[in-house]
Amino acid sequence: MTAIEISDPGALTTVQDLGRPGHAHLGVPRSGALDQPALRLANRLVGNEEGLAGLETTLTGIRFRTRGATRLAVSGATCDVRVDGRAMPWGTPISVTDGSLVELGPVITGLRSYLAFAGGVDADPVLGSRSTDLLSGLGPTPLAVGDVLSLGTSYGDPVAAEAVPHPAAPVLRLDLGPRADWFTEAALASLDGSSYTVGAASNRIGLRLIGAALARNRDTELPTEPMVLGALQVPPSGQPVVFLHDHPTTGGYPVIGVVRSADLPVCAQARPGDLLTLRVVAPRRAEQGRQPRS
Amino acid sequence: MQARRVGEHGLLVLCDDAATVRATYAELRTRARELGATEVVPAARTVLLDGLADPEATSVLLASWELLGPSPDLAGPEVEIEVSYDGPDLDEVAAQWRTDAAGVVRIHQECTFVVAFCGFAPGFAYCTGLPDGLVTTRRSEPRPRVPAGSVALAGEFTSVYPRTSPGGWQLIGATSQRLWLPERAEPALLAPGTRVRFVGIQAR
Repeated sequence: MTAIEISDPGALTTVQDLGRPGHAHLGVPRSGALDQPALRLANRLVGNEEGLAGLETTLTGIRFRTRGATRLAVSGATCDVRVDGRAMPWGTPISVTDGSLVELGPVITGLRSYLAFAGGVDADPVLGSRSTDLLSGLGPTPLAVGDVLSLGTSYGDPVAAEAVPHPAAPVLRLDLGPRADWFTEAALASLDGSSYTVGAASNRIGLRLIGAALARNRDTELPTEPMVLGALQVPPSGQPVVFLHDHPTTGGYPVIGVVRSADLPVCAQARPGDLLTLRVVAPRRAEQGRQPRS
Repeated sequence: MQARRVGEHGLLVLCDDAATVRATYAELRTRARELGATEVVPAARTVLLDGLADPEATSVLLASWELLGPSPDLAGPEVEIEVSYDGPDLDEVAAQWRTDAAGVVRIHQECTFVVAFCGFAPGFAYCTGLPDGLVTTRRSEPRPRVPAGSVALAGEFTSVYPRTSPGGWQLIGATSQRLWLPERAEPALLAPGTRVRFVGIQAR
């Protein structure tokens, strides 16, 4: 059996695949890799199907030893990659022998690196996914020193070359709604082009944005509403939160807009202190009050 | 049906009341495949369709749909939950409801509840069906640890905590039945639309 033994999981390393969508009506978050293009890329590099489970590291990297030979690739946040102390390329399939010490250093750009292994990480699936859901506790627990993860045995050939994307611009494009009408004209007017700082309390559940408060035009309470990935939810403080993959399936605060899925990797890779600019791409305000046909 | 756009792939269907949510959810869940929705999620006054390829087209389609309103045919499966009514907040709820502990237990058992929606945690069901006007105020200080199986009240809802977690609801009893069964194809004992009755048993 091929496996890896964790020597140091860093600040937070979890098992992630593409998550478990389809169960939100039961209160189950979709979970899955925050930077899905990065996980898909790492899987392609080692010759896997794109949706196999890999590891998502946070800020400080990871250190582990192999049991059996395997092939791996690192994507997402850039970092130094070393095998038994020797520098190896990032974003390229790497063959490692039995008993190798693999180290991913602290991130250089971005926040979360993705590590795919030929055959994928073979944890027990829950509702069809091996993803760790930090909100509800489904899936494998975050990695700890001494954990042994077995790897799958079915995989294809590594790819010879792959275009590795440049880091995206620090911009979050928004579709307004469904509750943009809960906010003042001033808040809506200021939203497009405004910059927010990523808060330190950000995690896999939400990206906290600190900046100009978004004021509401009413004091009433919103009855609990279903929430989507990328929702920009505004609590009473007016400081918005972008809902990421482990977000609760329902919420009680109005959503002023939804971040385009193409920009979710920007959220995944934003570090506390980074500046992000909001860009309203689809006002759709004429559609907000659409009446049913009589 | 009136709907608002939610991002690139979602529609939020607006409903006037909980009964309309129930009927709308039942209809949309039945037709999820036809609509191409990957998620159909009810909440208090809205139902979300997510994963739509062309939400604009779906919105136009929905605008032409007429709901006949909730019918008895919509009644979902019925689940009975055995409760030992010995929760720490029975007296607090009794005071809020202007009755005594026995009165709270009697009312809770007499009602047939329906799961309006889930949220907060996998399998945590917001059950409606208490008599009109009977609402419960949450605890001012949430408990850091509410045991799995705790039967609880808040707002117009009753629920059962599927796993041990923090929580601010008022606890009136406990059940040993499992609410969350991830090994099953239907992992939530209480899914939206399920009818629920609570039956008192002696504490062991």
